[in-house]
Amino acid sequence: MEWFDTWGLTLIVFLPLAGALLLGLLPRDNEDALKGTALVVTLAAFGLSLLMITQYDFGGGSYNTYQFEVNETWIGAINSNYHIGVDGISLPLLVLSTFVMVLSVIYSWNHWEEPYNPKGFLILMLILATGMNGTFVALDLVLFFIFFEVVLLPMYFMIGIWGDRTPRKIPGFSREIETRLYASIKFFLFTLFGSAFMLLGFLALYFRSGEFGDRTFDIIQLTELGGMGAFTGTFAFLVFGAMFLGFAVKVPMWPLHTWLPDAHTAAPTVGSVLLAAILLKLGSYAFIRISIPILPEEAASWAPAIAILAVIGIIYGSLACLAQTDMKRLIAFSSVGHMGFVMLGIATMTDIGINAAIIGMVAHGLITGLLFFLAGSMSHRYHTREMARLGGNMKLMPIMGGILAFTAMASLGLPGLAGFWGEFMALVGSYNPLDGLPLGVFRTSMVLGAIGTVLTAGYMLYMLQKVNLGEPKEEWLDKEFHDVDRFEMTAWVPLIILIVIIGFYPRIVFESTTDTVVSLVDTVFGSEITASLNSGG
Amino acid sequence: MTWEIDYLALAPELVIVVTLLVVLALDLFLTRPNKYWTATAAVAGTALAAIPLVILAVEGENVSMFEGSYVVDEFALVLKGLFVVSAYLVLLLSHHYIESERFYQGEYYFLLLASVLGSLVMASARDLIILFIGLELTTGPLFLLAGWRKGDAKSNEASVKYFILGVLSTAILLWGMSMLYGLTGEITFAGLATATAGLADEPAMIVAVLFVIVGFAFKISAAPFHFWAPDTYEGAPTPVTAYLSVNSKAAGFVAFLLVMYLALPELSEIWAPALWILAAASMTLGNLSALRQSNIVRLLAYSSIAQAGFMLVPFAAAAVAGTNIEEGFSATVIYLVIYALMNVGAFATVIAGANRTATGDIDGWAGLGKIDARLGVLIGIFFFSLAGIPPLAGWFAKFAMFRAVILAGGTATVVLAVIAAVNAVIALYYYARVIKAVWLDDAPAEVPARAETPPSVSLRLALLISAALTIVIGFFPAIATFVGDASRIIAAGG
Repeated sequence: MEWFDTWGLTLIVFLPLAGALLLGLLPRDNEDALKGTALVVTLAAFGLSLLMITQYDFGGGSYNTYQFEVNETWIGAINSNYHIGVDGISLPLLVLSTFVMVLSVIYSWNHWEEPYNPKGFLILMLILATGMNGTFVALDLVLFFIFFEVVLLPMYFMIGIWGDRTPRKIPGFSREIETRLYASIKFFLFTLFGSAFMLLGFLALYFRSGEFGDRTFDIIQLTELGGMGAFTGTFAFLVFGAMFLGFAVKVPMWPLHTWLPDAHTAAPTVGSVLLAAILLKLGSYAFIRISIPILPEEAASWAPAIAILAVIGIIYGSLACLAQTDMKRLIAFSSVGHMGFVMLGIATMTDIGINAAIIGMVAHGLITGLLFFLAGSMSHRYHTREMARLGGNMKLMPIMGGILAFTAMASLGLPGLAGFWGEFMALVGSYNPLDGLPLGVFRTSMVLGAIGTVLTAGYMLYMLQKVNLGEPKEEWLDKEFHDVDRFEMTAWVPLIILIVIIGFYPRIVFESTTDTVVSLVDTVFGSEITASLNSGG
Repeated sequence: MTWEIDYLALAPELVIVVTLLVVLALDLFLTRPNKYWTATAAVAGTALAAIPLVILAVEGENVSMFEGSYVVDEFALVLKGLFVVSAYLVLLLSHHYIESERFYQGEYYFLLLASVLGSLVMASARDLIILFIGLELTTGPLFLLAGWRKGDAKSNEASVKYFILGVLSTAILLWGMSMLYGLTGEITFAGLATATAGLADEPAMIVAVLFVIVGFAFKISAAPFHFWAPDTYEGAPTPVTAYLSVNSKAAGFVAFLLVMYLALPELSEIWAPALWILAAASMTLGNLSALRQSNIVRLLAYSSIAQAGFMLVPFAAAAVAGTNIEEGFSATVIYLVIYALMNVGAFATVIAGANRTATGDIDGWAGLGKIDARLGVLIGIFFFSLAGIPPLAGWFAKFAMFRAVILAGGTATVVLAVIAAVNAVIALYYYARVIKAVWLDDAPAEVPARAETPPSVSLRLALLISAALTIVIGFFPAIATFVGDASRIIAAGG
């Protein structure tokens, strides 16, 4: 499998882009060919990522070693390379990304929002896939930046063209604006604002690394330098802050989250699924991959602040959910809460917490992805997402209702399903954070986070009660409803199976992550740093 | 005194001279229906001028003529290459436009080529007089070309405004230069560089440098000396606007940087703060004004003011910090080159779009993407590239800019970097407005009639070339970095 070692990752990243170019050449009317090509391409990328699991050497090496590495000169003048590779942290996320992409293509087979145009939509999806896969494997900051930004364009168009057309009164605008127009540009501007500063942070790291040898954007080398304590003081504070802006907008962390409810609600179904399942993870992944290893001391001193923001996000997101009348917007706000747990896990800076964050990311990707699929299919049938008008869904569409109930249970963290592990372990982690971190802050966070899980259960059950239970409203009685169709079934069943499997057997994720995470925490927060933290405060 | 003249080194200029004479002669003999041959000759001649450039670049020898006043080195070649390529693209844009509107054709191409000649001369100029001649030869013909739509009051306004402010700025610039000469007795850059050492406190010298800066600021339409630009851009024929915002702006920029960097390095404490202010003001004023535009050409006019600000950022930042000026210089030149390519493309889409919708109003372009998907994609490429969104070429321009600023370090530069970062976000908003109209807005109920003529072959070629360059440089920015290397060499040598 020598070819696979050198070409495998590149293929996974760029096959979708090649597919997008191919789709561009196909005629717009030949829809089967368009969908078929998209399916083949995404299946191929997914197949390759499965092959990668079989070829991956689990338990191999300490942190900062990568497999399937490729390192070629890209922009020689600034010493930036085409450097990609995977380790135990990025592997599950990469597989998740290729997996959800396949399901999205299957789902969109017969689900198209106005103004239709499958060709355009599929092309954008495939470009998006390249950006997402690339972000998870990039090991060069410039390359990372490019992939991180590439996702903006397709998502902007997806929301803007296929998004929700309801006119809305936006404060500050004299006339009503269609939701999609407002949401798409808001999403774009927020993310660009963050990433402009993120780029400044990357450049600052690059120049500072020149004091210890050649200037480099290479994440591996910067991690080594960071481990040696190369970046400290005000410099590290500013760089971490700049990168924090970029990553936190993407996650999104409170108070930078305001783009999320608008974007998720306005996006077409597949757009919401991809946003929730993958795009949000780019931010939290970047914290684990870049911020912590390169600036460990700074990360530790920011950790309490991150934990506080994360907990505010959990509580705020849950309370906001309880106030929603729109089902899709409720699910969107639930992401703020769930990503709060992920960030709380990261903030503990322990192996338990970071493991929790990763499994939380995977679980949230599967569960919230499925919830958005369901919300899309329901509003496809009812032509409304107002929970006040829905109700008795269980009687009208028993299978759909059953799946919705299952997924809501998974989302509220029911033990035995995937969502449990991330929340539970994040809370366990914050009882006992990295030595030297203020115990008070983290234990309070744990308590508040636990209250957040109760609130989560509250709003999920509230949604179920409104939507699923009770008697159908009169307006629906004389209408025919299709229950779940075969494309929906094909897209959803794999998600359901995985949610159950990860719930009962989380090792299939931990098998990959644990060694890497333990080694990450060991190397990055070795005894010296803990000691310095203790003496410092 | 005898001069050693290296004709190969002068070949690009000579080819253009011959071409413009041929165009003028052809125009005399051709009957009206056959006038398009003048366009063909102009396009062919410009393409030919690229050949000696390639030969010179491959040879890689530096030629210095006329006692160092005229230099053909790697840096000059890179810029000449840029001027020739963008002139070629503008000629392609002009072809159909000028022909279909029944303008004078022969004179148009003659004047445009004269302007190209001026920019080529300017890239090699290493003394104040040649620089001045090159610069004036670049802008002089454009006073006429801006008013080429004779029957249109706006075009006349464009021409008159451009002429009056152009002459004013020339006078100011020349005054400043003559004071420089009077104070030092030198006109070559090298001579000035040594003679001005230690004169930074001399009040007359401060006045001289500021006059030179103001003169150039008019030429590159940097705020607060930008008032002429939007009206001129809107009134002039669109290909001329493209030329104004690309070639003539780039020429002015290069002249500006060369004088500051090669002739007056010792006086940087005078000009560096001035450049810092010009950069910050241009970015901010240009962007904020662009937000309110409803006409696509005026939007691009303000965008080009803002982009001029971005271009000045690395050079100004490095000069203020007093370190790594060669990096700042090279980042500015990289930005200039990428900007030129994508901006020509943007104007090409404006011509095609106006052709298709019969309007230059952004709102009038609603739903254009659904009527003509290919044009819509191209508009997306160029406008997002101008906004600096990866993976389109514009990202590397912005990247190079930020890189040079961070490298320079210091509080003043970090402030400038933050201003630039905020402006980059503001800029996205108005570029995205165009895209929103084209792709997100629904087409009006009555779809405007398809243009009678599909876009001409030459326009398509121009779009194809600029789009290909914009995408390829975006993926492989290494292509653009050699431009930076060339600039760094001149910087080190100077």
